[in-house]
Amino acid sequence: MIYRASVLFAVALLGLIFLRLAGGYAERSALRPLAEHYVSQAPLELGVSNIVTGILIAYRGFDTLGEVAVLFMVAASVGLLLRKEEAGRKYTEEGRRKPAGEIVTTGTQVLLPVILTFGAYVIVNGHLSAGGGFQGGAIVASGVMLLLLADPGTRVNAAALSVIESLAGVSYVAIGILGLVLAGGFLDPRFLPPGEAGAFISAGAIPVLSALLGIKVGAELSVIIDRFGR
Amino acid sequence: MLELLLLAVCAGILVSGLLAVCLNNLVAAMVSSGLAGLLASVTFLLLAAPDVAMAEAAIGSGLTTFIFIYALRHAGNGEREP
Repeated sequence: MIYRASVLFAVALLGLIFLRLAGGYAERSALRPLAEHYVSQAPLELGVSNIVTGILIAYRGFDTLGEVAVLFMVAASVGLLLRKEEAGRKYTEEGRRKPAGEIVTTGTQVLLPVILTFGAYVIVNGHLSAGGGFQGGAIVASGVMLLLLADPGTRVNAAALSVIESLAGVSYVAIGILGLVLAGGFLDPRFLPPGEAGAFISAGAIPVLSALLGIKVGAELSVIIDRFGR
Repeated sequence: MLELLLLAVCAGILVSGLLAVCLNNLVAAMVSSGLAGLLASVTFLLLAAPDVAMAEAAIGSGLTTFIFIYALRHAGNGEREP
């Protein structure tokens, strides 16, 4: 009874908060000054066609680095917390683990290459169309998830993924420092030529940073999924 | 037209969220919460934010449901707390 009452109370409080938020909402007819600045200046300054990726990697590059660091901490702590029971479970679990049905297995064989290719496409085309490193990395990781669903016996090589992920992180920071030395500041992608807007090789170092971000996010999420799948 | 579609999708989010809370079968509740995430990503797409929609579809509805289901397998038979 007390449980029910406290849940209802919490829901009512949340509803009150959202009511206040929704009550003060009015649709804007023009962009805010900061958004206006980004929309007008990003294609000129960075030569990037997809402004969202430009903001994420150039203007807010440090925030993105922090996000990836948080994800790294999550992957590390999940690995640490779920490692303990491994030794005891190994023998009992192996017997009752059986592969998924025919439909899921065949579907995985058809879909997995498509999903991984799409993930790579989203990662490398982040500066031209919707997407970027974070989204593409998540798509690659969902491909790994499908693989683990179809055949639970599959093991991801977590050690190799950790090395790849660390290398990507180190290169990301190294490119950031290169931007500090050669261009305007930390993670400034303009030390490479901006190129022609809309071309595949353009927008300075943004595609490189996006690819490194995609590798890092994909590897981290794959390790997390593998840890849970055990 | 867009407003009607948005309202329908948002109603879908509400219904699947309610189902996720009310269903007694935990696997069905997880699928329902994943459906809420998927419909949220449709909303982002309709509101012209494809970047956010991609991240939400991959993480919010895909990976989260997967992790919930595996956590359930580790935790036991899915009996509900009173």
